[in-house]
Amino acid sequence: MKADPRGVLTGVHFIDGDHACCEGALAAGARFAAGYPITPSTEVVERFASRVPTVGGTFIQMEDELAASITLQGAVWGGAKAFTVTSGPGFSLMMEHIGYAAMTETPCVFVDVQRGGPSTGLPTLPAQADMMQARWGSHGDYEIIALCPNSPQECFDLTIKAFNLAEEFRVPVMFMMDEVVGHMTEKVVIPPADQIEVTPRRHTRKSVDNYLPYETNGDMVPDMAHAGEGYKFHVTGLTHDEHGYPNMTPPVQDKLVRRLQNKIRAAADRIAMFEEQNLGDAEVVVVSYGITSRVAQRAIDLARQKGLKVGKLRLITAWPFPENKIRELSLKVKAFVVPELNLGQMVHEVERAAAGKAKTFAVSHAGGSVHHPEDILKVIVEASR
Amino acid sequence: MQLTEIRVAGFGGQGVILSAIVLGKAASIYQGAFATMTQNFGPEARGGACSAQLIVSDSPVLYPYVSQPDILVVMSQEASNRFVSELKDGGTLIVEQDLVRVSELKGNVKVYSVPATRIAEELGKRMVLNSVMVGFFTAVTHLLEPDAVRKAVADSVPASFRDLNLKAFERGFEYGATAQAVSPQSLEDAGVAYAQE
Repeated sequence: MKADPRGVLTGVHFIDGDHACCEGALAAGARFAAGYPITPSTEVVERFASRVPTVGGTFIQMEDELAASITLQGAVWGGAKAFTVTSGPGFSLMMEHIGYAAMTETPCVFVDVQRGGPSTGLPTLPAQADMMQARWGSHGDYEIIALCPNSPQECFDLTIKAFNLAEEFRVPVMFMMDEVVGHMTEKVVIPPADQIEVTPRRHTRKSVDNYLPYETNGDMVPDMAHAGEGYKFHVTGLTHDEHGYPNMTPPVQDKLVRRLQNKIRAAADRIAMFEEQNLGDAEVVVVSYGITSRVAQRAIDLARQKGLKVGKLRLITAWPFPENKIRELSLKVKAFVVPELNLGQMVHEVERAAAGKAKTFAVSHAGGSVHHPEDILKVIVEASR
Repeated sequence: MQLTEIRVAGFGGQGVILSAIVLGKAASIYQGAFATMTQNFGPEARGGACSAQLIVSDSPVLYPYVSQPDILVVMSQEASNRFVSELKDGGTLIVEQDLVRVSELKGNVKVYSVPATRIAEELGKRMVLNSVMVGFFTAVTHLLEPDAVRKAVADSVPASFRDLNLKAFERGFEYGATAQAVSPQSLEDAGVAYAQE
């Protein structure tokens, strides 16, 4: 369906990534956010708090991140599209409820504007060191989706995508920004509402009497009830059967948890988004994401000027990791070079998928700034030998 | 427009960030080029050191930070002391002449000075000193089309202050249209520099 024009600020703007993310959420139909302010993410909810009353919605500043991350899920079950916004220290506090959202299949979006860590680290400076936490931060087996914008324009476009994926798969989607992208101001084009596709909630078509909250009906994703229309449902973080009630037996656990994984894994190739360039003749492929992909582009351009056969694979979805793409490339390239603003996270996934068929080089950075393109270039040259 | 790195620096409350937004908007929205702005500021809302980095180019901007500005605008002494040494050889330095005394300049830098605060006060509101500065910048650098910048000023300020800001832009622009670049060697005579002991 098309976006509700009330939430769409159609026009050409010069705004930062945080504000663009907020506009993306409004365009996607988000009408509820709960948050606890934290640099460098605060501008997202600041703008949401001032904009959402004009389109009919609510922002609540909660007492902490635990409260924010569960309040938004209440809003979702009440029928709203909802999200929260945070940075590293707050993201850590939200992990319990990310697991809850995965287990209860609550469609929602968690925006993490990454800054230097661990702990309170570098509040106003960038990092990309929450990438593994986004995937594995909560206990138990589950799958999530994570997107990595590299510009304010993508903060707008991909926030809409994040909400759409959340609704389609009933999964918490991690929106993994970084401080540079969040605070960087560039031109952002917001199209008219009738050009923005939004995914509606998967509401059941079954009658009140025939509805089971976690019945999948041949699909891998169950449909939700309309709150307040007489449907009976129960939501729990305990292992549950199709009725939504606790049923803590190994067979039910096996069926449920495998489905939570498989609904994403089976669709991984369809969900995966990446940008590729010069992969045809590439001997070395630079794999990057977020702000680092722009710095890497400069290194790639310099390397190609030197005559090196370098290609680019920019991850737009980090999770599910596009392992088939890496596997396929590993059969024909010499090496992967993986710059990221951490001491090595997604590089391990690249290495795992390459499975020894191609070498993998990390270009690590502890955060606080971005790489110098020359540092990436040096490793490209080394990898090309 | 070839890739040009710009830093605007001063203290919070002078409209440092807004002037970079206006210039970036002019380049990317009204002139069809690309612009990327990032900013640094202290915890204070006003009075703290504040600077904006703006990169404009005909092609998409990849690296987000300014390393060696081609153009440096300094509106406070602290900003001048901190950033003047970064200026590129042959670059352009624009100073708020009543607030900044520059020193330790490289030989081939072009220096332009403007009493932006005083001009803004003459217009009745010191607050519009940034629009004076943007006008002056537009005239002396020839980097952006004046009409593009006028449009960007008009849609970046509250409606009730639009006319005043446009007037401030014109005053700065006129001042810049007749301004002469001063070489570092003759700065002292021009009253914008002091020799360090």
